[in-house]
Amino acid sequence: MNADATRRIALQGTKRARGAESAGGARRFAGQRPNLLGGLFGWLWLLVVIVPIYYIVITSIRRQSDFYRENPLSFPSHPSLDAYGLVLENDFLRYFANSLIVTVGTVVLVLAVSIMASYVIVRSRSRFAKRVFDLFLIGIAIPLQATIIPVYYLIVQLGLYDTLLALVLPSVAFATPITVLILVNFLRDIPQSLFESMQMDGAGDWTMLRHLVLPLARPALVTVGIYNALSVWNGFLFPLVLTQSAENRVLPLSLWSYQGEFTTNIPAVLAAVVLSVVPLVAAYAVGRRQLVAGLTAGFGK
Amino acid sequence: MTRSIESGAAARRRTGPTLWMAAPSLVLFGLFALLPLFGVIALSFTAWDGLGTPAWTGLSNWSRVLADPAMHNALWLSLVVVVTAWLVQLPISLLLGVFMAGHQRYRNVLSILYFLPLLFSSAAIAIAFRSLLDPNFGLGPASGIGWLSQDWLGDPRLALGVVVFVIAWSFVPFHSLLFQAGVRQIPTTLYEAARLDGANARQMFLHITLPQLRHTIVTSSTLILVGSLTYFDLVYVLTQGGPGIATRILPLHMYLTGFRNFDMGGASVSAVILVAVGLSISLVLNRVTRSNTMDSQQEGL
Repeated sequence: MNADATRRIALQGTKRARGAESAGGARRFAGQRPNLLGGLFGWLWLLVVIVPIYYIVITSIRRQSDFYRENPLSFPSHPSLDAYGLVLENDFLRYFANSLIVTVGTVVLVLAVSIMASYVIVRSRSRFAKRVFDLFLIGIAIPLQATIIPVYYLIVQLGLYDTLLALVLPSVAFATPITVLILVNFLRDIPQSLFESMQMDGAGDWTMLRHLVLPLARPALVTVGIYNALSVWNGFLFPLVLTQSAENRVLPLSLWSYQGEFTTNIPAVLAAVVLSVVPLVAAYAVGRRQLVAGLTAGFGK
Repeated sequence: MTRSIESGAAARRRTGPTLWMAAPSLVLFGLFALLPLFGVIALSFTAWDGLGTPAWTGLSNWSRVLADPAMHNALWLSLVVVVTAWLVQLPISLLLGVFMAGHQRYRNVLSILYFLPLLFSSAAIAIAFRSLLDPNFGLGPASGIGWLSQDWLGDPRLALGVVVFVIAWSFVPFHSLLFQAGVRQIPTTLYEAARLDGANARQMFLHITLPQLRHTIVTSSTLILVGSLTYFDLVYVLTQGGPGIATRILPLHMYLTGFRNFDMGGASVSAVILVAVGLSISLVLNRVTRSNTMDSQQEGL
């Protein structure tokens, strides 16, 4: 069978999953009458959201000497980027790189192992595969915080304490259940006949995984990858407990230590906050739709 | 999706893919999530300072910890946080989600901005609010509004409320996204029919929107309840449990007992309680709407 045609047929099956997002378009006139109360509430919440963010940004470009003199909400009389310079001089880029390594490593690993498991769960009829899926479904509810002590014990025993790998492995473990759930939901929409016709042509598991599952599951992989990336990038507890040296410090932890280092230099602390969120804001600006879908993945259906 | 009947030849050739493909995910999940889950139960029966070898002590941790007033305080604070976080976040998220589901242009713009808190790490948010809430240089004195100039984080009577507020600030965007998606899946025809029958906006909200959102309400409630029970990062950076023990909720109590007082056995007791309560909440609420994550809510429409 022509591979392109195959893909198109399968996509029709998977479209349903994504169609939900655009379904709202039909409801254009539902809220047509102006709703004053709703509007007021909306603007009020905007204020609640924006004021702290405005404060963070505006303070980060205030000179430290002005911080205690000027009104915190006023535009700085002498805007300056000194605070950013100070943060960058203090190893910010190393922490940034560490965060990047841990995030990319975790996401790649969790997607790889989860797509394999999902393939088995969707394709296999054995009782074992069902058990695996049930196990992951329960696994979603395991609170990461509550297992931190044994995880710490384990990491120390494995000689991984204070390494970046110590952050990757548990992060993968806790990201796997939700990732598998989302991928399985998505892969179930691939018509079995596609697998069968490939099998007829003598394709093995790995061939089908690479040439059928991977291309078709791309949207789901992106979505759940974003979800995982965001939670690993912003994760705090694993780094706090499992690493120690500045060499292996990741961004969220670095904010915490900057706060200790700079103490009274609030502009510098907040400059670090701004710098830590810049990549995510950039990602949001570029791929807002994917990011929103990624965040609500598995819950918003 | 109808599952096509597998052809006889294919079925005879094999019953499914090799189960080994699920092995990597199972090993990682088993080692770093499942094993710690049981490990924490085992550790709760040992005395361990975090360095040496855990020594079996039977039930002594349990009787000691359960009689400890600090533990009672932590349990009580956690209960208060869980309940108030739910009371605050659910209504705001629901209303905001309904608001965001409208297709007016300004609402779309506001929705983009509402999302921003989700991009910040908990550490970043906590650090920003620490300086924002400073009684001398923060928002209070800046705005000139008298009641805003309180020692928000230094006053034991206020600190817990601040914690609930900041948690809401960072998580309401997420839940409102869930509700936005939920509202947009409600078929327009329901509203059209109601309008023909002369229903007003309030009636439509109460009798169409709310009932149609019940799955989303359960999902969102589960996440809020379990989330605020196990929430650690933000509170740790914001207050470290202080002033005194005013915000020392259960996960924080666990961390400080284990990694500050080096009483890992006692901390594990807290962890087991966290797991038990967290798992029960999600299992109970999950049973209420078993279909929630697996099936479409529009089935039969």
